[in-house]
Amino acid sequence: MLLTVENLQKSFPSADGPVPVLRGVSFSLAAGRTLALTGESGSGKSTLLHLCAGLDAPDAGRIVIEGRDIAAQSDAGRAAMRRDTVGLVFQQFNLIPSLSVADNLSFHARLAGRDDPDRDAALAERLGLAAHLAKFPEQLSGGQQQRVAIGRVLAARPHLILADEPTGNLDEATGAAVLDLMLELVAESGAAFLMVTHSERLAARLDARLHLRAGQVE
Amino acid sequence: MTRAALQALWSHWRRHPLQLLTLVVGLALATGLWTGVQAINAQARLSYDQAAATLGQDRLPRLEGDLTLADFAAARRGGWIVSPVLEDRLPGTGLTLYGIDPFTLPPTPGGVMPDLSDPGVLRAFLAGELVFAAAATLPRVPDTLPEGRVLEGLAPGLVMADLTAARRWLGAEGITRLLFDGGPGTPEALAETLGARVERPESDGDLARLTDSFHLNLTAFGLLAFVVGLFIVHATIGLAFEQRRTLFRTLRALGLPQRRLGWLLAGELLAFTLVSGTLGVVLGYAVAAALLPGVAATLSGLYGAGVAGSLTLSPLWWLSGFAMAGLGMAVAGAASLRRLATLPILAPAMPRAWARAQRRTVARQGWAGLGLLAVSAFIAALGDGLIAGFATLGALLLGAALLLPPVLLAVLDAGTALAKGAVAQWLWADTRQQVPGLSLALMALLLALAANIGVGTMVGSFRATFEGWLDQRLASELYVTARSEAQADEIAAFLAPRTEAVLPIVSAEADLAGAPGEVYGVADHSTYRENWPLLDALPQVWDRLAAGEGVLVNEQLARREDLWPGTRLTLAATGPLPVLGVYSDYGNTRGQAILGLATFEAAYPEARRLRFGVRIAPGEADALADILADRFDLSAEQVVPQATIKQFSLDVFERTFAVTAALNVLTLGVAGFALWASLTTLGTMRLPQVAPVWALGLTRAELALADLGRAVLLGLLTALVAVPVGIALAWVLLAVVNVQAFGWRLPLLPDPGGWVALGGWTLIASALAAALPALRLWRMPPAEMVKVFAHER
Repeated sequence: MLLTVENLQKSFPSADGPVPVLRGVSFSLAAGRTLALTGESGSGKSTLLHLCAGLDAPDAGRIVIEGRDIAAQSDAGRAAMRRDTVGLVFQQFNLIPSLSVADNLSFHARLAGRDDPDRDAALAERLGLAAHLAKFPEQLSGGQQQRVAIGRVLAARPHLILADEPTGNLDEATGAAVLDLMLELVAESGAAFLMVTHSERLAARLDARLHLRAGQVE
Repeated sequence: MTRAALQALWSHWRRHPLQLLTLVVGLALATGLWTGVQAINAQARLSYDQAAATLGQDRLPRLEGDLTLADFAAARRGGWIVSPVLEDRLPGTGLTLYGIDPFTLPPTPGGVMPDLSDPGVLRAFLAGELVFAAAATLPRVPDTLPEGRVLEGLAPGLVMADLTAARRWLGAEGITRLLFDGGPGTPEALAETLGARVERPESDGDLARLTDSFHLNLTAFGLLAFVVGLFIVHATIGLAFEQRRTLFRTLRALGLPQRRLGWLLAGELLAFTLVSGTLGVVLGYAVAAALLPGVAATLSGLYGAGVAGSLTLSPLWWLSGFAMAGLGMAVAGAASLRRLATLPILAPAMPRAWARAQRRTVARQGWAGLGLLAVSAFIAALGDGLIAGFATLGALLLGAALLLPPVLLAVLDAGTALAKGAVAQWLWADTRQQVPGLSLALMALLLALAANIGVGTMVGSFRATFEGWLDQRLASELYVTARSEAQADEIAAFLAPRTEAVLPIVSAEADLAGAPGEVYGVADHSTYRENWPLLDALPQVWDRLAAGEGVLVNEQLARREDLWPGTRLTLAATGPLPVLGVYSDYGNTRGQAILGLATFEAAYPEARRLRFGVRIAPGEADALADILADRFDLSAEQVVPQATIKQFSLDVFERTFAVTAALNVLTLGVAGFALWASLTTLGTMRLPQVAPVWALGLTRAELALADLGRAVLLGLLTALVAVPVGIALAWVLLAVVNVQAFGWRLPLLPDPGGWVALGGWTLIASALAAALPALRLWRMPPAEMVKVFAHER
């Protein structure tokens, strides 16, 4: 298994004491497989994704990626894992505004030491960004920005791609087109793909689905 | 509705206490430094006015020249209502002694006069057993003078005594002036009879005129600090406005009229003004109280001006402090209020777009900066006078400040293009993106650094030139002052066989091209030929001077009256004489001329020959001083080794620039605060730009380090730009302002070591300013960072 999550627990502090968000979540994901993570608002989807990405540490439980328990890693260890193994796509795109489209595309790959200009050019072509490489993120539409975010992940060739409602900020037609392209490229890369979504229709297009309710797998 | 809107507006400041603190402290600092400097100036002017008003001299014509008591007696016999006054410095005390004749002194309505109605007091006064001075001055009256009594309102640094006693204590034979209060003709008629000149009373006294440039310097510094402070306020108000755009939009969508919103925001600014103004005025008082003793020492050292060492506050000063705070807030807030007036109701909240919009103005700023630099060069080339000098400085500093952001962007562009590696490239590009948001703080830093370099270079150049000049000017190893001419002859006879040379130092007060000055006589000796600091001279200048063929003049007189070698100076006692040379004479504000000794003695036979310089092997000077003191019963003030005079002169010099140094440090402090405030505010705003990089695999520690590096890089680049600006500033100060203000021009001596040290401090200050935001980023819980990906910020 590429990703194994065991009995994951996480709560956040509040004025009334800790609020449990994840209460013993377990699942696994093999390389080359796609998994949709669904659930209502506040069910813990995004938190689970962030923990899998090593952006935050769980209170209890294990997250094992390629045999390494990232919950036990230091801050630097988790950062190295994000750089080398995991790729992230966010609803808000979260591109780096000070870098051009071309530099944003290659940024993660260069951090991971896997930069390949030919591959970047081919990706840009397939993503329809070839004409926009010299532009800055603020000069692109939402759909274009999300394609840059997807290209940034794919250019880095991670083994696990985590996407948090990647089409949530796009209109339906643009969202569908972007998802088609992402699934096609993910399939070609052979990476495992975990996507948080509200949409039943989008979830249905992935290999499997995990539904969260009140912090537990339903 | 208004109450609810106010509550909503105020909630922004409750949630951003640091921003509130920045705004209040920024305006308080700006107001404080400005009002502090104004308080110092006002206090000094009050003291000058008191000095000018002493004995009614601010309303009565005065007759001055080589006057004696016999002249006074003759005038009184002729029916003229005149009163004699002797005025001179009390050696070694920094005090001025006024000798008066209480019986003939004209009444001075509202003036300050000792109360001599008590016969006992009058008797003691006339007998030289009593002197008067202000309470603050009394402790400084030397023991050699009799008992002192308080006379409130008397100008600081003045001691009033009976004329006869004062003449005795000062060893004076003549009198300084006659106060004119009427008679059978005009003051000019009497002046002609006595061979004197008439000085008309003026609204500002001599001291006020002499010290004008010093106070203008202080005012310029105060204004610079005020502008630097305004940069902080402007940046904070602009940012708060942008952050509250959503709130404005919501309030208006909920039915709050735009006009009322505008009034509420204006009221908010007024409230800040009142709070900051109060703090600023209190701070200004503290600044003035802290700096005033230094300023008083400076003015005393430079001009012999007595200034009270404690502050007197007037309601006008308080009001002007508030007015300045209000003006600052109005200037800083006007742009934001104007934008509110034109804000479409559906305008989105875009703090980052605000930063980008600022970038668009950078190009326009650059052109404006270039234009101002051109204006500065134009005024420097064609302007004349002190105001033109300061206009040159103002245009130079403002132009350089406006030019800073485009220069930084160009350098950072180049850095981005040349960077290798993703992180390096991001660092350069991200630094570039921060420039618009930080530009005001960086401009403030540039101004402070340039002022530091410029003033530091000026002071350094002055110090080096001054020390070299002292070495030349104080060539004799020992300086001796006898009690009487008879004793002087005895001492000279004693010294002749024991020393290399005994050089008389004789001088007389004289009218030099229409202004009071001094004429010296010098012996024909190699001491002068080898050492005297001549700036310009005709061939065989010393031979011709010894032969009585001409005169030397100091630089101040040469520049003021355009008296250069080849021109002529007319002395009442000699007639017109060719100017043979010009010498530097730092620290002296008056004109001075030198004649050959024989010519001098013929022209001024009444001049007392009490002082002389002694040339002797340096190692023997101290022993000889002891012998002279024992043999002729001379005090330490009468036998002074060269080193003591040099040290005294250098001490005066250091005191002179102590205030400038303090203002320099304060201005840098304000700029450091501006940088810290901007970095801290931007630190919060920048999280959406930093978090993705963290998510892609950089640790928080690496990002914090990058933030520190970025601040240090911007500080370094700003310091590099400040160096040429500072040198240009130093040049203007040395070649334009100094010449206009003091009458001498100094060579510019670069101080690369000082600049490197200042650069080092800048880097440390930049790192410190960035430390807190960086530490906050480093310590930020991941859950906080993750929020960036969950919400629109």
